[in-house]
Amino acid sequence: MTFSGEFLAFMSLALVAVIGGVLLLNLTKVVHMVVALVFTFVSIAGIYILLSAEFVAAVQILIYSGAITIIMLFGIMLTRHNDSSEPKTGRLRKLLLFLGVLGFAFAVYIGIYNLDIEQTPSDLHVNNTEQIGIELYSKYIIPFELTSVLLLAVLVGAIVLAKRDDEKEAEKE
Amino acid sequence: MSAVPIQAYLALALILFCIGLYGALTKRNTVIVLISIELMLNAVNINLVAFSKFGVAPSITGQVFALFAIAVAAAEAAVGLAILIALYRNRKTINMDEMDTMKH
Repeated sequence: MTFSGEFLAFMSLALVAVIGGVLLLNLTKVVHMVVALVFTFVSIAGIYILLSAEFVAAVQILIYSGAITIIMLFGIMLTRHNDSSEPKTGRLRKLLLFLGVLGFAFAVYIGIYNLDIEQTPSDLHVNNTEQIGIELYSKYIIPFELTSVLLLAVLVGAIVLAKRDDEKEAEKE
Repeated sequence: MSAVPIQAYLALALILFCIGLYGALTKRNTVIVLISIELMLNAVNINLVAFSKFGVAPSITGQVFALFAIAVAAAEAAVGLAILIALYRNRKTINMDEMDTMKH
């Protein structure tokens, strides 16, 4: 493994991503946690560029570090968030969970370590967006249309769930 | 070919997935639990895109799958936030351990 530019870029992006995740676990204020996660999302977009997926990287920045972060911040601002989150869960439970997650990570890492796939040349980086568009509209047209139906259902459902019931509250008062 | 092997990408995705899993299981605030689930979905997307480049048969299909996963994850975040707002209006709490109305 040589210290090429790609290797350095991968290492720095991975470091920022993991630091963002660790900050999510260790910070105390919820707004700070969400802002720490933005670093992770942006560096994952950089990882996508290294994997020659420019369109997915652009979508990642737009959706994750734009839309989802903002909607989560709205969720925090609209609810009570300034109570100091004292750890109510027992320390034993946290330790057991940590050990469980660590065991899971070790089990999966054995599979990753033994993985040996020969690298074959690919042309994913040539006209990436055009390739995705052709694939999406020729092979995956039905899932694409189903996604539009799903988004419509989610739009209606989210509005219905979050809407204040004016009639019921008027009856109460 | 590439200076970074596929194992490095998969290991990064594994670390992020484990951070998301631990956060989703231990945090009290519901918003943080939701965003930990988003982090786990993101780790899965890294795997999909990595296999689309380094897999046995490299093709663009993995990236298309990652796009579908991002769309579904955004929908999940929107519905989760709406449920959270409705719950907060009724119960005046967003802590996971206080949402125990259906507990036997």
